[in-house]
Amino acid sequence: MSTQRTTGRRKQAVAAAAVVAALLSTAACGGGNDDDGGGSKTGAAGFDAANNKVAQASLAKKGGTLKFAGAQDADSWDTTRGYYGFMWNFSRYYSRQLVTNKTAPGATGAEVTPDLAEKTAEISDDGKTYKYTLREGSTWEDGKPITSKDVKYGIERAWAQDVLSGGPIYLQQVLDPKKEYKGPYKDKSADKLGLKAIETPDDKTIIFKLPAANSDFEEMLALTSASPVRQDKDTKSKYGLKPFSSGPYKFQSYTPSKGIVLVRNTEWKASSDPVRKAYPDKITVDFFTNANDMDQRLIKGDYDLDIGQTGLSPQGRTTALKQHKANLDNPVSGYIRYAVFPQSVKPFDNEHCRKAVIYGADHESLQTARGGPVAGGDIGTNMLPPSVPGSEGQKYDPYELATANKNGNAAKAKEELKACGKPNGFKTTIAVRNNKPVEVATAESLQASLKKVGITVDIEQFDGAQTTGIIGSPSNVKKKGYGIIIMGWGPDFPSVQGYGLPLWSSDYILESGNNNFALIKDKTIDGLFDSYTKELDDTKKAAISTEINHKVMEGGYYLPFVFEKFINWRSNRLANVYTTDGYSGQYDFVNLGLKK
Amino acid sequence: MTELSKSGAAVGEPVKDSPAPSAFLEVRDLKVHFPTDDGLVKSVDGLSFTLEKGKTLGIVGESGSGKSVTSLGIMGLHTTGQYGKRKAQISGEIWLDGTELLTADPDHVRKLRGREMAMIFQDPLSALHPYYTIGQQIVEAYRIHHKVDKKTARRRAVEMLDRVGIPQPDKRVDSYPHEFSGGMRQRAMIAMSLVNNPELLIADEPTTALDVTVQAQILDLIRDLQKEFGSAVIVITHDLGVVAELSDDILVMYGGRCIERGPAEKVFYEPKHPYTWGLLGSMPRLDREQTERLIPVKGSPPSLINLPTGCAFNPRCAYADVPKDNVTRTVRPELAQVGGRHWAACHMTQEQRERIWTEEIAPKL
Amino acid sequence: MARGTAAGPRAVLAYLIRRLFAAAVMLVVIILVVFGIFFLVPRWAGVDPATMFVGKQADPAAIEAVRQKLGLADPIFAQVWEFFKGLFVGRTYSGGGDVTECAAPCFGYSFRNEQAIWPVLTDRFPVTLGLALGAAFLWLIFGVAAGVLSALKRGSLWDRGAMIIALGGVSLPIYFTGMLSLAIFSYGLGWIDGRYVPLSESFTGWLGGMILPWVTLAFLYAAMYARITRATMMEVLGEDYIRTARAKGLTEPVVIGKHAMRSTMTPILTMLGMDLGALIGGAILTETTFSLPGLGQAVLTAISDKDLPVILGVTLITSLAVIIANLLVDLLYAVIDPRVRLS
Repeated sequence: MSTQRTTGRRKQAVAAAAVVAALLSTAACGGGNDDDGGGSKTGAAGFDAANNKVAQASLAKKGGTLKFAGAQDADSWDTTRGYYGFMWNFSRYYSRQLVTNKTAPGATGAEVTPDLAEKTAEISDDGKTYKYTLREGSTWEDGKPITSKDVKYGIERAWAQDVLSGGPIYLQQVLDPKKEYKGPYKDKSADKLGLKAIETPDDKTIIFKLPAANSDFEEMLALTSASPVRQDKDTKSKYGLKPFSSGPYKFQSYTPSKGIVLVRNTEWKASSDPVRKAYPDKITVDFFTNANDMDQRLIKGDYDLDIGQTGLSPQGRTTALKQHKANLDNPVSGYIRYAVFPQSVKPFDNEHCRKAVIYGADHESLQTARGGPVAGGDIGTNMLPPSVPGSEGQKYDPYELATANKNGNAAKAKEELKACGKPNGFKTTIAVRNNKPVEVATAESLQASLKKVGITVDIEQFDGAQTTGIIGSPSNVKKKGYGIIIMGWGPDFPSVQGYGLPLWSSDYILESGNNNFALIKDKTIDGLFDSYTKELDDTKKAAISTEINHKVMEGGYYLPFVFEKFINWRSNRLANVYTTDGYSGQYDFVNLGLKK
Repeated sequence: MTELSKSGAAVGEPVKDSPAPSAFLEVRDLKVHFPTDDGLVKSVDGLSFTLEKGKTLGIVGESGSGKSVTSLGIMGLHTTGQYGKRKAQISGEIWLDGTELLTADPDHVRKLRGREMAMIFQDPLSALHPYYTIGQQIVEAYRIHHKVDKKTARRRAVEMLDRVGIPQPDKRVDSYPHEFSGGMRQRAMIAMSLVNNPELLIADEPTTALDVTVQAQILDLIRDLQKEFGSAVIVITHDLGVVAELSDDILVMYGGRCIERGPAEKVFYEPKHPYTWGLLGSMPRLDREQTERLIPVKGSPPSLINLPTGCAFNPRCAYADVPKDNVTRTVRPELAQVGGRHWAACHMTQEQRERIWTEEIAPKL
Repeated sequence: MARGTAAGPRAVLAYLIRRLFAAAVMLVVIILVVFGIFFLVPRWAGVDPATMFVGKQADPAAIEAVRQKLGLADPIFAQVWEFFKGLFVGRTYSGGGDVTECAAPCFGYSFRNEQAIWPVLTDRFPVTLGLALGAAFLWLIFGVAAGVLSALKRGSLWDRGAMIIALGGVSLPIYFTGMLSLAIFSYGLGWIDGRYVPLSESFTGWLGGMILPWVTLAFLYAAMYARITRATMMEVLGEDYIRTARAKGLTEPVVIGKHAMRSTMTPILTMLGMDLGALIGGAILTETTFSLPGLGQAVLTAISDKDLPVILGVTLITSLAVIIANLLVDLLYAVIDPRVRLS
């Protein structure tokens, strides 16, 4: 396909990259940036200045062009179909929901606040009916008012999975668990609003009737997938190429993998929107194929921030930490990186063999493989991300992974092996995605430390794009003998349900697309999830979350590596910057402003 | 057969101390040496001759005897465009119509090339550019030296092609060399070299690449053209028969030097040097059976880096022991007059030569 | 001027028709092979293209619907037929209540973002073409010039230096030279922005974005061309007709620039045709390094996304480009070298 030498040059490329990195770190100085590390009032705000707090809020002015750079396009910009975290975050520029995440730093950002709705839901006592009244003055980009029917239609689209695949389907599971509704495109009713669980008695009122209570329902309505879509503007499978705006900005142009330009939606009225500040006049996104090039341009000042929000590449990180520390934040991403033990693969049916691996691993070296404490994250000690209510962070460390056993505990591991009936150790296979070099590195680290306790492991790399078919199929996992699978998981919304339900509930063991890799069938855990969805009190919900986490850890199904952290870049021009747990530690895009 | 040369020396010993010779072309003590990693290759080592307008000189010798190097030396092609090669070391004098070429401005010599002196090469297929038509190549040769428009030049090209006997010249002028037969190509080559009426024409093995019947036609053509244009002609060949037909004088070269020189009929009918005898014997003749042919000259040409001491021909000479005291192997024979305007470089006495010629050589020819 | 018998207009026309017919047959074969690879092999390997189309959390009904819509459930012959039909008369996809018209030439839809492939190809083609032509212009000028100078000054310091640089140019990966040039001229000195700007937006911006990719790509190729030119020129300079040219009294610039260059260019043009054809298929590394939105970048993204229709489309365009380049080279060859007969 190309005459350029693409094969057999890996080593050279790596060597070349090292040389270039060295050059870049010196060349970048010439770019001209005089930050003092501590931060100044109008320049860079300082290291971690926007991590869980607002930096330079007062400097945000109206106007200007906010420039995003990205190394990868979203899966789709269709509000029904997008699943990437940054897409949900970015979509608030052009789409509104009944309720949305608070535009506030840290944990507050994960709380729900009214958006199109005048106030949060009026919930019936049994927790099965949610009623909203829409705010006056909210309009589409053509000036027509946003109605309750538009909201219903937007939500109904998620039922048309055969046309609009890819997005989250929580609302489907909660509102129509028996899958009776076939989606608006096959809807026989004249107005295409045949979904019985949602009622729209008038244009301002919308009522949700749940077959069973779910205490996270309002969180689900705050997802982008619950955005309104106007029927006459629904271009079905091509909607993602130009969504019709209900927010302060609208699409001027979008070319997949090339770029996006958003301009002000002149029909949007600030008075109708209590959430969005809409500081810049224009928002652009340019996509790069060379992540190093993108990072250098961020550092150079050509762009304001990375739309992907997954941290700088190793080269850019080195340069930035040395010379532009005041432009960096080091937030927790909400992801936990871990190894999981499928119980179908012997000897992992025995919890002592699972625990032998947990004790035998060198957690500090796993952390190093992930990038160390700053770029990788703190050693993970349990399976509930710090951003999820009910999490205890490193305080809950049942296996003392971050303390006494952080370099592995061979004696304990041997003990567990004996209890498992394998005093001389055993052989197994680690499955790891081939397109994630860091995960391959952790697999190698694990392999090395387990060898010391007599557990011999082979590493098998599989096509990362085929995850669903390979490790998502329990029969395939058993056949291949994948005793250890290396993965990561982050919450769709910050709750134990939004994070752990697919991982730990026996209802979620699927023949294909399975995420309960450990094949946990624990009645206690299932019961706890049940009571969680029925519990409306936040404090009690958090307590149940904590308990679920403890049960999972006690079972020894998982070996957590890190509570993941990123190093994200913010330009000198940015004002009103803060990270939010609502979007897994990303900057809250919608209210970013520019100085001057 | 050529007529007897007219009175006046067409070829003679150059007058050493005369600075500007009266002869049209005079070569004095020409040496062309090529430095190589193995040593100095003395391709031409002290060659002298003169040539008048309207006369033809035949230079004869085996390959490697220095005859082609001499012609390229006269044309000045050893010093031009020898990129990256070690430069040839040339000494001596070459006087053409009152100008000494070796010391002249190279650009002046370039302007003489093609106009004053032209050259015909051995293989017309490789000597003509394959990507240009015959006409384009002749027009180019004409227009370098004449400020005329393309049309005029083209007319001139057609005229020249007609003159050298190419049928339908106005059509063939647009043909490419590969579309011509071998003989036609050589005619075209001759047309190109004569397009500027050069005073000196050097034909380097003009017939070697052609078959026998065509050879004769080309030789006739050269002779006719010489008469018509009155140029001086140097014919270089390994075939004594060719020069015998064309030349007024013959110069035989061996190992980069002249070993016999004289009027054509003298050299041809009364050769004085054993090497010339060998050359005569190697001539193809229609009146003789193949099997009876003399084996011409045994052995191979000498190394030009280390010539044999004494007479350079001595290792191959059947009569090397005829002179006394092993002199052929120790002393290099100088050119000595052996008759009227006839010189040879051989240690044998006149009598010894006469006897061998009449008794051993002539009967077999 | 009449060209003699070898390349009369009739012969050229007949030749062209013959070659175009052969090219069409070739394309059909390529389509079949590519189709086979991209649609059958995943099936044998147990991977369903439909699952790639629907993304994660897809239920079996959705997968089945996509299979219907894309015709993946049809027999392979029907699929190939539909594909060809799509190319020439367009086709209609319908499923799940969503009807999509795909006008000819229909290369299908991207699995990833449901864009029609053809507009993607036409959008990206000019970028790649601009990259390839601009780079080719540079490498021809500098490569050939360096090669000629080296041949003329054989063994000199210049020759040795140029050939060492050429060796470097051939061996260094684009990724390295590309990042290095960006580091120096864009991030470091800041002379050039180095970001792609479409020609339709700004000519100077376009030049600024293209110059580094051009130079980087040209460096690699100039090195190869310099080496070939040097070798060919040295061979040509030894030809008899060069001596003839000098014997005519031509000046050296004419001897070299006209007589020697004409022969030297023949193999170089052959190479150029092949290289351009291949580059149009996508200078993957160059486009990735400089984030140029060309075909190479599209195919790279498509490969990592397993976006088969895009890969198929780019492969077809590439094949077409190579075939056309071959044809042009052959025609050009016949124009340059009258000895070549078109048959």
